[in-house]
Amino acid sequence: MTGHPMDLISVTALGCGWLAIGLLGLIRPRSTRWVAHGLFPFGALLATAITTFALVALAHPAETLILPLGLPNLHFHLRLDALSAVFLLLIGVTAAGVSIFSAGYFRAGEGTAPGLLALQYHVFLASMLFVVLANDPLSFISAWEIMTLSSYFLVTSQHRIPEIRHAGFVYLLIAHLGAICILLCFAVMRGSSPEFTFDAMRTVQLSTLWANCAFFLALLGFGAKAGLVPLHVWLPEAHPAAPSPVSALMSGVMLEIAVYGVLRTTFDLLHMQLWWWGIATLGLGLFTSLFGVVFAAVQTDMKRLLAYSSIENIGIIFMGVGLIITFQAFHMPLLAALALMATLYHSLNHAFSKSLLFLSTGSVLHATKERSLGKLGGLIHRMPWVAWLTLIGTLAIAGLPPMNGFVSEWLLLQSFLFTPGLPHNYINMLLPIGAAALALVAALAAYVMVKFYGVIFLGQPRESRLQEAHDCGRLERIGLLWLAACCVLLGIFPVPLLTELNGVGQELLGASLGDQLQHWWLLAPIAPERAAYSPAIFMLSTVALVGTVVLGVRLCYHGRVRKAAPWGCGFPQLTPRMQDTAEGFGQPIRQIFEPFFRLQRELPSPFDSSPHYRVQVEDHFWYTLYTPIGGLVRRISNLASGIQQGRISIYLLYSFLTLVALLALAL
Amino acid sequence: MNAASLIPQFTGVILAVVAAPLLMGWVNQCRAWLQNRSGAGVLQPYRQIRKLFHKDAVIAANASPLFRLVPYVQFASMCLAAAIIPSLWTGLPFAVAADTIALVGLFATARVFLALAAMDIGTAFGSMGARREMLVGFLAEPALLMVFFTASLISHSTSLPIIVETLAHSRLGIYPSLAFAGVAFLMVLLAENARIPVDNPASHLELGMIHEAMVLEYSARHLALIEWSAALKLFNYSCIGLALFFPWGLATGAYNLQGMLLAIPLTGLKLVIVGFGLALIESLNAKMRIFRAPEFLTTAFLLAVLGLLVHLLLGG
Repeated sequence: MTGHPMDLISVTALGCGWLAIGLLGLIRPRSTRWVAHGLFPFGALLATAITTFALVALAHPAETLILPLGLPNLHFHLRLDALSAVFLLLIGVTAAGVSIFSAGYFRAGEGTAPGLLALQYHVFLASMLFVVLANDPLSFISAWEIMTLSSYFLVTSQHRIPEIRHAGFVYLLIAHLGAICILLCFAVMRGSSPEFTFDAMRTVQLSTLWANCAFFLALLGFGAKAGLVPLHVWLPEAHPAAPSPVSALMSGVMLEIAVYGVLRTTFDLLHMQLWWWGIATLGLGLFTSLFGVVFAAVQTDMKRLLAYSSIENIGIIFMGVGLIITFQAFHMPLLAALALMATLYHSLNHAFSKSLLFLSTGSVLHATKERSLGKLGGLIHRMPWVAWLTLIGTLAIAGLPPMNGFVSEWLLLQSFLFTPGLPHNYINMLLPIGAAALALVAALAAYVMVKFYGVIFLGQPRESRLQEAHDCGRLERIGLLWLAACCVLLGIFPVPLLTELNGVGQELLGASLGDQLQHWWLLAPIAPERAAYSPAIFMLSTVALVGTVVLGVRLCYHGRVRKAAPWGCGFPQLTPRMQDTAEGFGQPIRQIFEPFFRLQRELPSPFDSSPHYRVQVEDHFWYTLYTPIGGLVRRISNLASGIQQGRISIYLLYSFLTLVALLALAL
Repeated sequence: MNAASLIPQFTGVILAVVAAPLLMGWVNQCRAWLQNRSGAGVLQPYRQIRKLFHKDAVIAANASPLFRLVPYVQFASMCLAAAIIPSLWTGLPFAVAADTIALVGLFATARVFLALAAMDIGTAFGSMGARREMLVGFLAEPALLMVFFTASLISHSTSLPIIVETLAHSRLGIYPSLAFAGVAFLMVLLAENARIPVDNPASHLELGMIHEAMVLEYSARHLALIEWSAALKLFNYSCIGLALFFPWGLATGAYNLQGMLLAIPLTGLKLVIVGFGLALIESLNAKMRIFRAPEFLTTAFLLAVLGLLVHLLLGG
């Protein structure tokens, strides 16, 4: 490595630029115009610059830098390699879309003052950037904690509402549980090395026992942030509570940063991978994704629905991680590289399409003041921009061709198809079941997304005031367009980006799909006769065929169209209440997957004069895991309160006794 | 990809589009015969489509552009599917663009769009049909994918023409795993094409209908396109089944005119038998209650997974 690490210095400077923008917000914290129209577009500009540098860095060798900050002898080490660059790209692209949307979104009178919000927002962005760049545990944990805290303040921006305070508390609690695990994981991985940097950890040879400890601590720690079951409970609470652009960043970027953490520890810092880690991760991911999608199907709040859908996608990403570990443990680097591509690509896809959907819920929320699916409907007429751009995100999340979600699911299914080559009979038998479950999850995701889109944007408005809903403003539109364009581009031209991602495979696994991706239009990761998919041709032929059919029908036949009232099934009047509700649309799933839910239902009796129907679907984990643990903690703290007398002399006695005990130990 | 190889590609698609209503008419005619009715003749679907094209379209006042776009998307996706499926010959250059996983995705896209269009008007029937269709779909889609996976584990490829070539040239006549896959595929075919026992194409009874409930608001040329694409879907599924489980008679390998000319009557004959078989199944069974449909499809899904496991157990 010769010369100065220019990319790394520029990216660091841009990250500090975000911090500066945040501080500028404090100059006039109450002025929406200054903050929204002055600062957020500038932040989006920096994000685009970061995207560019990330793309440059993908092709370059790793760069390192030591900042003279931090503790004495423990300076901040930064490193920009291919893996960091991928996640930098993810942060940059998503942040650009979300920031420009936020410029039109945030307005005064909604909780925290805009200036303070801008500070928290940009600190949040910068901290995620430094997590990805960090090259020693101290800077990693510092950035990680700042990320947690700044997002906590963003979640609780409307802190006067008790539910939101509670959501923030749950989030903070689980995030710190995770942080402790990550800290312990780093302590284990340090081994006996005198240095406390990632470079030192890379050279440490841990015994199998300690490697096991380190891996599972990392899985637990990063899993808590990512929302792996059973540590997912904060997600459906925190996402609806946060303002929509913040939900978009948390779901689209922060969860993926946790995936970065897992990849970094498992493949870069640990020197070995064991096959049963892979199976455990795969199983956990599988259960998480099924759990998430089933719960998403029964939600009635649009942001909660998306939060559960994020849990599902994180599950899919962890299935990919499990496959990489398994392949790597059995020394099949090419297949590991294929699974790695699928994992990274799905992370990018999820970031772009999920933030697009969260942003569009923000627009809907502003236009209608309504989050409950049961009170929306028919918005495609009033908000055509939001509706059509959301349709792209919907198709992408549902994993339908030719959108981007399909590309990563295709890659993941292909990796599953290669598992029969593994030299282990039982795993061979287990993995097809994984593939079947992935197929089931993907199909269920389509069910969820039809519900999400159909109930919000199609049909008749369920409330009369929805007629006054207005489309989103110009800046919001640009933000949505940017993310939707990324979804479409990634869906149609996956090969150029996948070729760029090869560097990550080289770096982490020592193998890449390098030579297999010859044609820019053909995705054939192993060999064209084994498996090939060409989204560009696919899209082109679909468009050409639709065009031909439209043209053919128009040329041959008359275009006489009569508008009439829809058929009312013989009833005198068709009312919006005759449509399916969100509960109704989820009912089949609730019935089929009943053991997943804790159901509480109140059915009215036939003689009830004012019938009342109520159904509540809750999570088993709250009652079987969290409530008992909470009770236990409370009991222990009650016991501990026995030694709290509130008198200074007693406390002095405690100090004295402690000193005596310590002295006795030392002697 | 040269110009000469494009001719069979396009011929295949055009033949499928033209012949699809004929298969539908044949199934309906066989059903009529089996039920002691005289029937409307095998050409009835063509007359129906022609009639619908001549009518004025009546569209609900609150329909969005999505509603009017969907019939075209439906028809185009079924045409695209026909371009991937080796119904007559395996020399399909377009199959490089989309393998079996993409084919399943294509069917899913078509389904999602139809369900969205059904919800667009906001009637009770539309959203109910959409919900039921997605319910059938989320179980049938993975089952279909598992059927394809079983076949692609045998042939080490996910490209449909290559799978079919391998199966057609294999020394082993019967794979036990394919037997499970075959049964699962038949169940998926019945469910996906809205046939008895999952749905009844001839009934408009609100308690049971799925597909008909979704397209209730369509009329004239839009309905014609939807019905045509439904016929094409049945044709596609039948051809997938024939190609996977009875691949004899397909023109394989390089371009040979003789084999191709022979393949057309042979496939026609096989489709006649399939059509009769479908009519027989539909006449011998009663329609299930809608709540039983998930059980039926779960069985299909489990059978397909079992087929996959059998393949791995026996070592392929």
